[in-house]
Amino acid sequence: MLELKHLAFSAETENQKNEIIRDLNLKIEDNQFVVITGPNGGGKSTLAKLIAGIEKNTAGQIIFDNQDITEKSITERARMGIGFAFQQPVRFKGLTVFDLLKIASGRKLNLTEACEYLSEVGLCAKDYIQREVNASLSGGELKRIEIATVLARNVRLALFDEPEAGIDLWSFQNLIRIFENMRNSSRTIIVISHQERILNIADRIIVLADGQVLKEGSKEEILPEIIGTKYALNACEKLEG
Amino acid sequence: MKQMDAVQKRLLQEVAGLHDIPEGAYNLRANGESIGRNTTANIDIQSKSNGSGIDIHIKSGTKNQSVHIPVVLSESGLKETVYNDFYVGDDCDVLIVAGCGIDNCGTQDSEHDGIHRFFIGKNSRIRYVEKHYGSGEGTGKRILNPVTEAYLDENSCMEMEMVQIKGVDSTNRETLAALKANAKLIVRERLMTHGQQQALSIYKVELNGDGSSADVVSRSVARDNSYQKLDACIIGNAACSGHTECDSIIMDNGRILAVPSLEANHIDAALVHEAAIGKIAGEQLIKLMTLGLTEAEAEEQIINGFLK
Repeated sequence: MLELKHLAFSAETENQKNEIIRDLNLKIEDNQFVVITGPNGGGKSTLAKLIAGIEKNTAGQIIFDNQDITEKSITERARMGIGFAFQQPVRFKGLTVFDLLKIASGRKLNLTEACEYLSEVGLCAKDYIQREVNASLSGGELKRIEIATVLARNVRLALFDEPEAGIDLWSFQNLIRIFENMRNSSRTIIVISHQERILNIADRIIVLADGQVLKEGSKEEILPEIIGTKYALNACEKLEG
Repeated sequence: MKQMDAVQKRLLQEVAGLHDIPEGAYNLRANGESIGRNTTANIDIQSKSNGSGIDIHIKSGTKNQSVHIPVVLSESGLKETVYNDFYVGDDCDVLIVAGCGIDNCGTQDSEHDGIHRFFIGKNSRIRYVEKHYGSGEGTGKRILNPVTEAYLDENSCMEMEMVQIKGVDSTNRETLAALKANAKLIVRERLMTHGQQQALSIYKVELNGDGSSADVVSRSVARDNSYQKLDACIIGNAACSGHTECDSIIMDNGRILAVPSLEANHIDAALVHEAAIGKIAGEQLIKLMTLGLTEAEAEEQIINGFLK
């Protein structure tokens, strides 16, 4: 279980203190599929980064599996089973897809196993496994490889920061399928998304605004309230907008 | 042939990937003298009459054969300049492995300056691998100043893989090439310097024949207080195409000067250069840390991948 207690994060700019997360309290049960939505600038991405340890909260506590991880580093949290898929996947000159999957799995991964992770995200393994994770890959390809690295880690809590950002409609259809499949595995999944189709497969929906939880509840409770608003876009609207 | 000691065997392994005596033609040089040589029906190796090096003659039509000419130095204070000339006939396809390993445990500088010249015949393909490696705890410097000259006849192709990853204190590397019509040169250089090391790498490639092309790519990492100067110049004297790329990572107090340059002397010369220097991107480290690596492990993976 993940528990956030009085969590706060503020960024200091020139003589101005910008509060991004404000006294946020939240509990996320095991094996749930949670989607966090809300307006841009509401603190969603920051929240995901705080959980992964990429940003350091300025107040409050983060409890993961009954352990206070507030002071733990990115690496320690990763080793405890927290995974994070970046909104904008990082490129590496020289590292291949296979290298990245090997690092992610933390063991001697064989080619067949690596290919399975790629198949899971809808990539034809033999075309990609030896490719460098560099600028030659498209946004959609990178995104799927990013997701494959999280799958390869077999994490207990997987965080996805706007997986739909920067990909085309065709890739988006595949992405939904990947999440639908992932939903059936036993791990907690937190996805930051505005997409109606992703919200539609959520167990719970959290609406984050002004650094606080505005609404929280089951999909049945929350989705009707936000549907048609900018917190729950359909794919075409998002892409056209 | 003479027996090699453990240090020499280790150096040989590092520079030529050899555990023992290679297959095919070879010349092994250790501490200033030839300690073993083998010639084949197609590949002849002769000492120069003045003793300054060797001449390697490869007959026309020689295919799928290799020549190994590694050099190892394990004595402190040894300085040598060696001239090796390769005469490659027409229609060949040959792998040439050179390289030098120095182990200096003493206080005097050890230096090996190898001057390699390649005369490559028409339609021949040569893959040339050159690795440099230094080890030893002594205060004496390990110095390597290689010069490579390549003259490519029509339709020939030379692929050079130049690697210097560890332990060479000072290097001044010069590579000159001249290409005739439809000849092709591909260079892949990988360089890593650390400590107080200095490395200079200069390329001057002349594209003299129509349809000739060159692709010179250098990837380097400068750590600690080391310094590198990468100077790659492509000169287009015909309807040709050339590309040079210097891509470098700096760490600690490392410094790099990249001077890619192009000279077009013909209206149909198409030349491109790229150069980039920077530290490891913070987000690359963070990404690998979210996969469970420590910062140091992440750094190592990024460098290894970059120099692979």
